[in-house]
Amino acid sequence: MTQSLQQGLSHSGLSATRAGLRRLWRRYPLSLIGGFVLISLTVLSVLAPWLAPFDPFEMNVVDRLREPGEEYFFGTDAYGRDLFSRTLYGGRISLLIGLSVAGLSTLIGLLIGILAGYSRSADAVLMRIMDGLMAIPGILLAIALMSLARPGIGVVVVAITIPEIPRVVRLVRAVVLSVREQVYIQAAIATGTRLPRLMLKHILPNTLAPLIVQATYIAASAVLIESYLSFLGVGTPPEVPSWGNIIAEGRLYVQIAPWNIVCPSVFLALMVLSINMLGDGLRDMLDPRLQTRVR
Amino acid sequence: MSNQVATPPALDVVNLSKHYELAGSWFSNKQALVYAVDDVSFTLGRGETLGLVGESGCGKSTLGRTILRLVEPTSGTIRLEGEDITALSAQEMIARRQRLQVIFQDPYSSLNPRMRAGEIVGEPLTNFNRGTAAEQDERIAFLFKRVGLRPDQRQNFPHEFSGGQRQRLGIARALALGPSVIIGDEPVSALDVSVQAQVINLMMDLQDDYAISYLFIAHDLSVVRHISHRIAVMYLGQIVELATRQELFERPQHPYTQALLAAVPISHPRDRRKRITLKGDVESPINPPAGCRFHNRCPHAVAVCSQERPPLRPLSQDHAVACHLVV
Repeated sequence: MTQSLQQGLSHSGLSATRAGLRRLWRRYPLSLIGGFVLISLTVLSVLAPWLAPFDPFEMNVVDRLREPGEEYFFGTDAYGRDLFSRTLYGGRISLLIGLSVAGLSTLIGLLIGILAGYSRSADAVLMRIMDGLMAIPGILLAIALMSLARPGIGVVVVAITIPEIPRVVRLVRAVVLSVREQVYIQAAIATGTRLPRLMLKHILPNTLAPLIVQATYIAASAVLIESYLSFLGVGTPPEVPSWGNIIAEGRLYVQIAPWNIVCPSVFLALMVLSINMLGDGLRDMLDPRLQTRVR
Repeated sequence: MSNQVATPPALDVVNLSKHYELAGSWFSNKQALVYAVDDVSFTLGRGETLGLVGESGCGKSTLGRTILRLVEPTSGTIRLEGEDITALSAQEMIARRQRLQVIFQDPYSSLNPRMRAGEIVGEPLTNFNRGTAAEQDERIAFLFKRVGLRPDQRQNFPHEFSGGQRQRLGIARALALGPSVIIGDEPVSALDVSVQAQVINLMMDLQDDYAISYLFIAHDLSVVRHISHRIAVMYLGQIVELATRQELFERPQHPYTQALLAAVPISHPRDRRKRITLKGDVESPINPPAGCRFHNRCPHAVAVCSQERPPLRPLSQDHAVACHLVV
């Protein structure tokens, strides 16, 4: 009875969606806010070419270090470039780096982690390599890589990804180690499940929830590290407006034009915060035992 | 033994052992061995239920898992319908799993929490490509009905079922491929008493319909008495007595079996019988005592008991016991 009632509801479309959203809001208000802020920031960045009132590269000597106002929402920097436009464009770099680092490190980490969790002999070798990677300070590795290769966004992504991989590997390995001892894995083997399916259907889905949460944290920290690197002058090339670059340049004028730092910093903080807030809720939503009534 | 082609028993276990090595400490080379299953032999006839009882830690479950090849045997032979499966590789074993299935004790941990009920029951069918998707779907619906679940519950996740329903899912999964042997590893001991009866009766019905042989592992004598044709009593990794149900309950021969039966509560307050209280604790299966495993707790032990291990000797056609004092 209730079953068919629920099905009927979910087929009736919009009202059900709204009811679902309301339930979500009651359960995970912070994650919804996080998701909303993140989506807004994404839309703003993606639509930067259309939304930005000025060319982010155009210098205007007359309008140097203007205060935020009607013409320049966030003011201008020392070269008279519009900070609002630059911040919007900077968001694209941050998002791109956050997403690609999270994606790359989770994917590579997942593969290595499952291998290490499942095979004892691979485990011994792989985990020692991971220990070695973990011992290298991320920022130093990035600086070394940047000085070896031509600065570019790709190198930044690689430089941030490498130190993140061991974290993912450790997480995945730990989950695989605990999942493979579960009785339902034994049951799956006893019903003739072959190794690929065992990995894909039984072990992988159980690693996914913590992994996605971890991925959000990695995305947040990648956005931050990119800005550190840019701030230190070893990240995104200085001509590209990333948040870190804008803050680094603004630092010189912080006493006379504090908005140079404040505006991009607020965006940076908002993005990191929203990703983290979203990640917390995702963990709960991804567990079928906890999401019973929110379907 | 004769020339005629006799159908081999469903399951034939000969001298099966599973010893675990304990890692020695840094300072000694002494290897400690855990004799979880030690030299166990029995046969399971077609359509028969063999109950396997013993207290916790006596190796019942390890025996079950060793037969299923989820645990590698140390020595001995396992024959499934006449075919030796002891040395098959994990790959080769997969095909044989169609005839040898298992129901686990804990219905909460034996179902993947992230899979829907229909997917869990249908997984064996998927593994062996049994029929088209539609045929599999039909089979799943049939199995749900057969074990007393509603086919429309297929979309639910395991946590949405009660303990008894979950165990029915476990039974449906074991049944899916139409196996000839099902090993029940304490399939009802995690359930409420009223639900236990339902699940056991279901298992007995299924046996009548599909001629399945059960190796039914349990620690509850009343449950075993209800379902089994023959009963094996296990103590510290060895079978000490093996008899038909009636024989075992009416004429228990081994002192351990006698003590075990005497411990069963009696329903009538005035109907008293002599309690046999065993002294001491169960020995550790790590380097267990020489001779009869039971000798230092046995009320009748004599000198030979501590020196020689009594073999499982047949007393009659349907009764075998491992004790020096029973002749």
